[in-house]
Amino acid sequence: MTPARTPPPDIAIDVEGLTKSFGGRKVVQDLSMQVRRGSIYGFLGPNGSGKTTTIRMLCGLLTPDSGEGTCLGYDIRRDADKIKRQVGYMTQRFSLYQDLSVRENLEFVARLYGLANAKGAAREMIKRIGLSGREEQLAGELSGGWKQRLALGACTLPNPQLLLLDEPTAGVDPKARRDFWNEIHALAAEGLTVLVSTHYMDEAERCHEIAYIAYGNLLAHGTVDEVIAKSALSTFTVTGDDLNTLSAELTGKPGVDMVAPFGTSLHVSGRDKAALEASVAPYRDSAKWKWQDSEPSLEDVFIDLMNRSKDNFQ
Amino acid sequence: MSVTAISEQARGAPEPSFGFWRRSYAMLVKEFIQLRRDRVSFAMIVMIPVMQLLLFGYAINTTPRHLPAAVLLQEDSDLGRSILKAMENTAYFRFTREVHDVAEFDDLLKSGKVLFGVEIPRGFERMVRRGDKPALLVAADATDPVAAGSALGTLGALVQTALAHDLHIGDPPEMPFEIRAHARYNPAASSRLNIVPGLVGTILTMTMLIFTALSVTREIERGTMESLLSMPIKPVEVMFGKIIPYVIVGFIQASLIVGIGVLLFGVPILGSVLLLAALTTLFITTNLSIGYTFSTIVQNQLQAMQLSMMFFLPSILLSGFMFPFAGMPVWAQYLGEGLPLTHYVRIVRAIMLKGATIQNLQYDTIALIALMLLAMTIAVTRFRRTLD
Repeated sequence: MTPARTPPPDIAIDVEGLTKSFGGRKVVQDLSMQVRRGSIYGFLGPNGSGKTTTIRMLCGLLTPDSGEGTCLGYDIRRDADKIKRQVGYMTQRFSLYQDLSVRENLEFVARLYGLANAKGAAREMIKRIGLSGREEQLAGELSGGWKQRLALGACTLPNPQLLLLDEPTAGVDPKARRDFWNEIHALAAEGLTVLVSTHYMDEAERCHEIAYIAYGNLLAHGTVDEVIAKSALSTFTVTGDDLNTLSAELTGKPGVDMVAPFGTSLHVSGRDKAALEASVAPYRDSAKWKWQDSEPSLEDVFIDLMNRSKDNFQ
Repeated sequence: MSVTAISEQARGAPEPSFGFWRRSYAMLVKEFIQLRRDRVSFAMIVMIPVMQLLLFGYAINTTPRHLPAAVLLQEDSDLGRSILKAMENTAYFRFTREVHDVAEFDDLLKSGKVLFGVEIPRGFERMVRRGDKPALLVAADATDPVAAGSALGTLGALVQTALAHDLHIGDPPEMPFEIRAHARYNPAASSRLNIVPGLVGTILTMTMLIFTALSVTREIERGTMESLLSMPIKPVEVMFGKIIPYVIVGFIQASLIVGIGVLLFGVPILGSVLLLAALTTLFITTNLSIGYTFSTIVQNQLQAMQLSMMFFLPSILLSGFMFPFAGMPVWAQYLGEGLPLTHYVRIVRAIMLKGATIQNLQYDTIALIALMLLAMTIAVTRFRRTLD
């Protein structure tokens, strides 16, 4: 076994070459990433892209087939117990006890982590997550938004240094989502590192840094602006009537890699700017549409990344 | 004219009985697919009945033979030896031990190591030849009236055989000696005295096993295992946390059963109540550990239930609770020794009916502890700490 690398102290997660297969299918492939302490790191990718598997490997719930790394300075293969003490993991599916009340669930977690005053800690957390008045309600009877708050409360209760949140806002209404993100930012401001996986682009934009993973491969990472800049994608935003016709006509033309409707506008993107411009030139003079040279959106970039990686894989 | 009407026509649906069968069929196909996917359950469906039938078919014997007996020889005589030989020839008795005093004799009976004790008194042969009609003492452990009964029944004819064929005394006009059979611990041969203590163990086996057999699979099926594993808890801690509450539950249950046995069925507790409580707690913990072990081996709650049943049935049939343990073939006895209920049935009968002490029960106590530790070790090593 190679000796564990000692990462710089401001790095919370530092892994290299993580690979994991299930039943012969590679779910995560040669994944390397670094997450700075105190940052909110967004982990994006389509369903089944290996986000959950990666998160589970980081907190010792799965053993990587190959690759190595550290989490909070502890080796992810050997020091799973130490990692677990300092990491709060919020699972994708609600995994607290449905037949225990809010208070009982939190007290259970507090006792498991050996907090000095379990009851007190639970009481404080109930206040912090705004569940006062619902302490005695069974967790199974809470609505989606409340369950998510409770789950976040449970994993922040032992004062972890790192939070791993696996699609924490799936199925939660916009208001609750916003509150949730405010809470995440508040926690990060206190020095907590947060790794959060999500499908939502607006959530990605709330992260300090993002990584995009598809088919088990990490395709891009950096700040949102960096990821967009690195994509080398040129995009036109078209407004006007009869965008459906335009969309149908442009799709498949040389240089046009992507045509996607965005409300009342259409995004037309391509990696080869010259080819793209040549293909759209006949339509640019039409009075029907207004063309605008614009930045690609994060979603454009991701869809493009995904399309490209799919090509590589099939 | 609505769209639904057209599409329903297109599907050709409206006849209700057809709908009934079609939906039932859909459900049936789904169930078969699920059944086929659950390989382990599928294997159990075939294996359990076949295994159990073969096992019990060969093992169970309601007229037990070759029952272990001890002999106390106060004199070494031809007559004595031929009587013992004749007893062994009936195939009911097997002399496994020779003892030298009455206390040793009593201890063996109390601990259940032998079911019979035969004492040939000093000067026996001389008294027979003189026509003094001496008494040959046969003490039987009658806690299980069935096991003791048929063997004791052969004793009368035995005298004739022994005398006619081995002693050449001829055909005596009357019995030259008397066989004094002593049905100890349960002189009235009440099967209730035998069954009730055994039931304590049987009921506890079933309830305790189920309590813990579902415990880990329930966490996995409800998804709470993922959370639990991500927290700093060790397999041993999970196990103790899941077992200990049920030790208390089991203890209350045991007290109820024993209480009813004493008050309603008139079963005595001749031995120490404290010892009974202590060993019952040990037995409860052993069963809980085994149930918990099952829980770490199986994949879902259905399998857990099936495995529990697979364990429960031999516990009833091979433990000596229902059929005499000594009557089973040797291989079945070895199997029986691996079941906690076997040891507990001996313990509970010995304490309640024979007034046995811990010295009499050393072997069974150690066996229970060993089984408990074995189960716990398997459980802790089998417990999956990751989701791999």
